[in-house]
Amino acid sequence: MKKKILMGSHAVAEAVKLARVDVISAYPITPQTVIVERLAEMVERGELKSRYVRVESEHSALAVVYGASAGGSRVFTATSSHGLLYMYEMLWWVTNSRLPVVMAVATRAIGPPWNIHTDHNDALTIRDAGWIIGFAESVQEAFDMTLQAYKIGEDKRVLLPVMIALDGFILSHTSEPVLVPEEEEVADWLPPREPLPFKVEPGKPFAVGNLGPDNVTMELRWNAWKAAERAKRVIEEVSAQYEKRFVTGTSSGLVERYETEGAKYLAISIGAWSGDVKEAVDALREEGYDVGLARIRYVRPFPREELRDLLSSVRAAVVLDRSVSMGHMGILGSEVRAVSERTPVKNVIAGIGGVDVSYKDFISILRGFVEEYEAGLSGEWSVAEWYMPWVTER
Amino acid sequence: MLREFMILSRGGQGGVTASRILATAAAVEGRWAQAMPEFGAERRGAIVRSYLRVSEEPIRRRSAVREPEGVAVFSRRIIEITDVNKLAPPPVPLLLNSEKGVVLGERRVFYVDATGIALKLGLLVAGWPLVNTAMAAAMAKTFNIASLESVKKAMGDYFRGKTLEANLAAAELAWESVRGL
Repeated sequence: MKKKILMGSHAVAEAVKLARVDVISAYPITPQTVIVERLAEMVERGELKSRYVRVESEHSALAVVYGASAGGSRVFTATSSHGLLYMYEMLWWVTNSRLPVVMAVATRAIGPPWNIHTDHNDALTIRDAGWIIGFAESVQEAFDMTLQAYKIGEDKRVLLPVMIALDGFILSHTSEPVLVPEEEEVADWLPPREPLPFKVEPGKPFAVGNLGPDNVTMELRWNAWKAAERAKRVIEEVSAQYEKRFVTGTSSGLVERYETEGAKYLAISIGAWSGDVKEAVDALREEGYDVGLARIRYVRPFPREELRDLLSSVRAAVVLDRSVSMGHMGILGSEVRAVSERTPVKNVIAGIGGVDVSYKDFISILRGFVEEYEAGLSGEWSVAEWYMPWVTER
Repeated sequence: MLREFMILSRGGQGGVTASRILATAAAVEGRWAQAMPEFGAERRGAIVRSYLRVSEEPIRRRSAVREPEGVAVFSRRIIEITDVNKLAPPPVPLLLNSEKGVVLGERRVFYVDATGIALKLGLLVAGWPLVNTAMAAAMAKTFNIASLESVKKAMGDYFRGKTLEANLAAAELAWESVRGL
């Protein structure tokens, strides 16, 4: 193990290198670009024996790694915001072909207005496309999750693509200490990808993605759906096994529980700002508020059972959303509300377009939530609240 | 204890690298650290804010630094065109890249001629004096962030060969010559 100060993008590149990826293809977009720039340097210097394919668009980048993955290679791509949306069609091709492609998404707001800062709408918008979707809280976790993504996606019980989201700039460009395992140790833990029973290769023509009967289409979807359900168990196993072996100090499983033991109120969040939420939880606990945090690490497969358990033991919950589905509510808010049986769930939308939200803001949001519940106002929570303290007239 | 600092520099002056060097220096000393740039749509010449956090414990906060205990300003002109008093109000101490001290309200002002040091050692990129290593060393001393040895060790992660040698010399000169009013 080596301890290095790495920015999030470089940490992801280190993980990809340690995974001994065969093929990389990407198209640059801020704030992701630094990841693939670093990988290009590694390939150029001969530190990483990968085929690096430059393409003219994100759609083509995913198409290239799709083909390479169908040929049995271990692959990587990365993108952000508009680049991810441009990949949308190919995302489904990858899932429905059951290929364990790994992609990093440095989250970024979708324009207009043109904005390079983080929110979660890009990554959450693809939640129905069948990818496993993880959200990192720290640079270390972005590193760990990227490495684990290969082991999870390539597991025979899963065979699905994996996307690891790291908040643009807040993680992608922030330098933090990272424990990086040795090459040999990782090689032992993550062996090369198992050969496919059939693979696309030159000289052996066969049809891929052919016209299929309706019932076969439905059965294939059902198989993928079952694989996504099984992935929950695999994520738990792989992350726990990784932590036991490499002891990098990050959480495992689908949900991190922070001060949830005996909590009467629950905050729910994803991504990098969860660290500030934890500070707010600590501050409020000192003031006598029994608040805890459930940090969702994987939004697909969605941790239904874990959240249902957590929600059933608290009086009320608040979902802190950095995304919004127009005409409804925050994306995470609607996901959580769908699994809550009786517990009222408030939804607060904040930090859209990269607006900075600090632990002090979270103290105010969480305190407001508890006070509203205690004043009997939870009936008014059906509509999401927009947290914009600088807007004085509503 | 969590300590938070702010750097105000121009894109191209190396403010972000300075915060990374200092984060690495703190890690060399066994502490936790975080270097975080705040990018707008900046390009060379625009004013960039960078943050540095140092702690004995793992750092969880990832929002912008709003109450720094010290601020470093990479050129005097930045003080004229940005409201430093709003970003880091007095009495927050300020370290300035300047040949001489200036009075900036009710606060301690420290100064180091980082530009002069860079020019003397030939630290230039595209004609710009590269002041970040001198400023990093001066910050480490002024705000008691890390020892000169640790800063020099950290610089080995960012520079090589002759560039490293010149930057090590810049760090030493800055460490010796930083003054307070």
